[in-house]
Amino acid sequence: MTGDLSRFTGRFFAYGIKPRYELAEFLRQCYMIGNRSLPLVGLTGFIMGLVLTMQLRPSLVDYGVESQLPAMVGIAIVREIGPVITALIFAGKIGSSIGAELGSMKVTEQIDAMEVSGTNPFKYLVVTRVMAATLMLPVLVVLSDGISLLGAFLGVNIRSVTSFTLFFRQVIDNLAFGDVFPAFIKTFLFGFAVGIIGCHKGYYSSKGTEGVGRAANSAVVLSSIVIFIIDLIVVQVTDLIGIN
Amino acid sequence: METATQHITTKSDPAEQTPVIFIEHVCKRFGDNVVLNDFGMTVEKGENVVVLGRSGVGKSVLIKCIVGLLKADSGNIVVLDKDITSLDHDEMDKMRARVGFLFQSNALYDSMTVRKNLEFPLRRHWIESSRDEIDAMVLEALENVGLAHTIDMMPEELSGGMKKRVALARTLILKPEIILYDEPTTGLDPVTGKEISMLIVELQAKYRTSSIIISHDMHCVKLTASKIVLLMDGKNYCSGTYEALSRSTDPAVKQFFE
Ligand SMILES: Nc1ncnc2c1ncn2[C@@H]1O[C@H](COP(=O)(O)OP(=O)(O)OP(=O)(O)O)[C@@H](O)[C@H]1O
Ligand SMILES: [Mg+2]
Repeated sequence: MTGDLSRFTGRFFAYGIKPRYELAEFLRQCYMIGNRSLPLVGLTGFIMGLVLTMQLRPSLVDYGVESQLPAMVGIAIVREIGPVITALIFAGKIGSSIGAELGSMKVTEQIDAMEVSGTNPFKYLVVTRVMAATLMLPVLVVLSDGISLLGAFLGVNIRSVTSFTLFFRQVIDNLAFGDVFPAFIKTFLFGFAVGIIGCHKGYYSSKGTEGVGRAANSAVVLSSIVIFIIDLIVVQVTDLIGIN
Repeated sequence: METATQHITTKSDPAEQTPVIFIEHVCKRFGDNVVLNDFGMTVEKGENVVVLGRSGVGKSVLIKCIVGLLKADSGNIVVLDKDITSLDHDEMDKMRARVGFLFQSNALYDSMTVRKNLEFPLRRHWIESSRDEIDAMVLEALENVGLAHTIDMMPEELSGGMKKRVALARTLILKPEIILYDEPTTGLDPVTGKEISMLIVELQAKYRTSSIIISHDMHCVKLTASKIVLLMDGKNYCSGTYEALSRSTDPAVKQFFE
């Protein structure tokens, strides 16, 4: 299975580089993928920020460092919670829909129909979706981080009072390059993983409606696991090369 | 081996040049499932050849091999003087622009309107046309099947028969020289089925297209067939005109005409 997936990935790069490029379809996918996940990502981001702040406060109060709350929350969100939670939501929302869409296109011979219409379905369907997922997840993560911090700001203000500018100054002052950069890079990898796994599961789904369901389901399961694996690898690598 | 195989071939016009589709010794298997086993047939220009056979015998596989959606394991398939087993990607696309394919499941793109469905092959085969010309071609194709009013609908809003007709319009929009119909009348009421059959005959008369029609519907077969090929056990069991085969005493042939 890993062999199939890596061959599929190889094909993605081989076809992705060669013209002609399906620009219109790529932009349409960017819009769809971004637009469809935005409300969910925003909502979960906000709640995460709020809850995280409320959960962290008692411990910080115990240690007498309550003033460090914005810094702590900021680092937690930007480094880990934002990218991973957003990617998992993205896997659930986009991975499954790509899997189901391509799966049902496969089953109803739409992919074959494209092929006889002079279109390379791999380029038209797979390359555009994987590219769109790779580029849109980082955008969504940035938005989600921002909304999470708003949630955190609200969380801080439940028990104490801080100004908007002071809160964000504290957050930003405590974020180093090593916090932001690896976190940003890994979001591309997460997006790529969700896209390629969703497409792979859909493109090779077995016949019948059951096959479509299975494609959508295993796309979500596998990409969620792969997200954690990538997370683990990135943290090791950045540790090794000393940006942390 | 039994030699019950009978060949009731029709005399084709000797002035006719090479056949538009020529298939010989084609074998295709999926794992242990041998679907085509030394199959051969020809389609002359202007001919409507009906392929008859029980469900699951490999009729769809056969025509998918003709357009290269499936690769035959061995044998020769020559379409419009090109050996399709040796074509590269671009040549294959050029050949496919000249061959229409009506899918058994219609295969309409369900995320696109009827208009976009019909435009798709036009744009994809790099037909150089202005917006207006494309619009006119789409409308003409829909009018041909009597569905001009559905142009802005989504496929899910159409009935089964309407889907089939839209799929037919999409197949015909490039004015292909060869058309492969996979069960064009299955699932339609007898009246609509007859209309589709008549349309196939009309088209063949009007543009002198050649076609392979897969069908179980004997009304459709009777109306459209200039020749029938009976596919059985992966082989061309026998072929001939409707009249010739319907008089056959071979029980394997007779069962289709009862
Ligand atoms: N992609 C595939 N992978 C594996 N087996 C296949 C594939 N396509 C077809 N087959 C097998 O090939 C055989 C012939 O299938 P095909 O679809 O050609 O039948 P058919 O003659 O068109 O039947 P029907 O009239 O029901 O459409 C079947 O046994 C089917 O299981
Ligand atoms: Mg079939």
